[in-house]
Amino acid sequence: MIRRFDQDIIVSLIPEGSCVLDLGCGNGDLLIKLKQKGTSDIRGVEIDDRCIAVCVRKGLTVFHGDIDEGLGDYDDASFDYVILNQTLQVVHRPTLVIEEMLRVGNRAIVSFPNFGYFRIRWYLLVKGQMPKVDFLPRNWYDTPNIHLSTISDFKMFCRTRKIAIERLIGLQSCATGKTVKRFQNLLSQVGIFVITSGREL
Amino acid sequence: MYVLDALPQTHSYSFEALELDCGRTFSPVTIAYETYGRLNAAKDNAILLLHALSGSAHAGFVNDKGEHGWWEDFIGPGRALDTDRYFVICSNFLGGCGGSTGPGSVDPATGRPYGLSFPVITVGDMVRAQKHLVDSLGIRALLAVVGGSIGGMQALQWAVDYPDAVKSAVILAAANRLSAQGIAFNEVGRQAIMADPFWQNGEYYGGTSPRTGLALARMIGHITYLSEESMHEKFGRALKGANGYHYRFSEDFEVESYLHYKGSRFVERFDANSYLYITKAMDYFDLPDLASIKSKTLIMSFSSDWLFPPAQLKSFVRTLRRKHKDVTYCDVQSSRGHDAFLLEVAPLTELISGFLENVAGPV
Repeated sequence: MIRRFDQDIIVSLIPEGSCVLDLGCGNGDLLIKLKQKGTSDIRGVEIDDRCIAVCVRKGLTVFHGDIDEGLGDYDDASFDYVILNQTLQVVHRPTLVIEEMLRVGNRAIVSFPNFGYFRIRWYLLVKGQMPKVDFLPRNWYDTPNIHLSTISDFKMFCRTRKIAIERLIGLQSCATGKTVKRFQNLLSQVGIFVITSGREL
Repeated sequence: MYVLDALPQTHSYSFEALELDCGRTFSPVTIAYETYGRLNAAKDNAILLLHALSGSAHAGFVNDKGEHGWWEDFIGPGRALDTDRYFVICSNFLGGCGGSTGPGSVDPATGRPYGLSFPVITVGDMVRAQKHLVDSLGIRALLAVVGGSIGGMQALQWAVDYPDAVKSAVILAAANRLSAQGIAFNEVGRQAIMADPFWQNGEYYGGTSPRTGLALARMIGHITYLSEESMHEKFGRALKGANGYHYRFSEDFEVESYLHYKGSRFVERFDANSYLYITKAMDYFDLPDLASIKSKTLIMSFSSDWLFPPAQLKSFVRTLRRKHKDVTYCDVQSSRGHDAFLLEVAPLTELISGFLENVAGPV
């Protein structure tokens, strides 16, 4: 299996003993890494029932549901961290999902493929077609991605909604784990944001 | 089919004095049960399986009468309830007619069947009676309680009432209360029985039983266990005979014939008064306060179940999630309605065996 450095980075951002909710947890790989690190209480939400069965066999606590329905069942600040790893681009209501993450969690970690990456720009400029690259390999008509954005877009999104960005990590590639310090919107394949609602923690 | 050391046998355990929710103390009580697999020395591998309305203690394997267990495909070596690892207990609930004390049992005070003098019981009472049985087997904590429909209600009641005696709970097609729709269907079923002239206020033992009423109640119930989709798949508008419509009020359609068959089969093995008592216990079931639960819980709904619809189960799961209970939920895709908890062997086995493996820990 390919090592997912985006997952490793997210795990490194979360202190031991934290209470974590992972939205779109898939087969639970990130949750298992968090469990191994020693988080106190971890939960996942996943829409694919086959993934639920895989998570159950791994001993994870998961909810079969749609994150676009919101997180109305949780009280405010129920979790230390709420994670949305590489899932923002497939949700129908990104604003609602982010607002709900910041309501039920003290901090939210959001990662997504950065459409501002230079090879994507180049692809569109030269070919004039919807970019297909290794980390966004699907055709426009069969991709689940409906809300693609850039690191710059997400910064703007946060600024207009008074969401505080605590950290931004530009990941040059999930496969190598190399991070980018400068020109992040141009040189990162993935952006990882740690955000808060700005309220006192 | 697996070869057992011996055919499963129904045992019974009797005790005195059961406190009931209605305030009465009821005595004596007999609980019929079967077990599969072996209880280990530490007595920590026991799973209590709870049956649904028409079920019995005979859950697994084929018994000496050639009868198949009601959850046979889920019990045995390598199956969801793996009898190589776990000790499975299934008891007939209080109020039933499968060997446990119910309205058809003889009241030692009068020497005649209880009939309507049997107290109105609740799911809580059923569970309290099961606790006596589990205690008698020397089991302090159950590895799991597992059940579907009213069996799922019992599993939840166990987790709420005996949090330290239940390590995990598996609840299928049940929620923490019965909906208005569920109560409505139960009431129609009861009225069908009570409107049968042979019912005689429940005093029909020794004579003709209210077969028509009970069969009708079963037919109504059975519709709620299926789904529009599964009825369409199974019967469509298929006719029973080859000669078209009869232009009489006899059975024309396959679906009618099926329901009549289900009804007539049911009256052979079920007591009408038990049907009244059990459906009443379901109606009364309502557990708003789930705070006491400590067990790891697996809850499953079925996409086409309209008796316990996924939306109702989701709302039940949300109540547990808000309290940060260790609850996993899956809505299993199925066209088979409420009955899916008896039929969807592959996806349920995958979920239940995976869940139990983690509760039991490494071999």
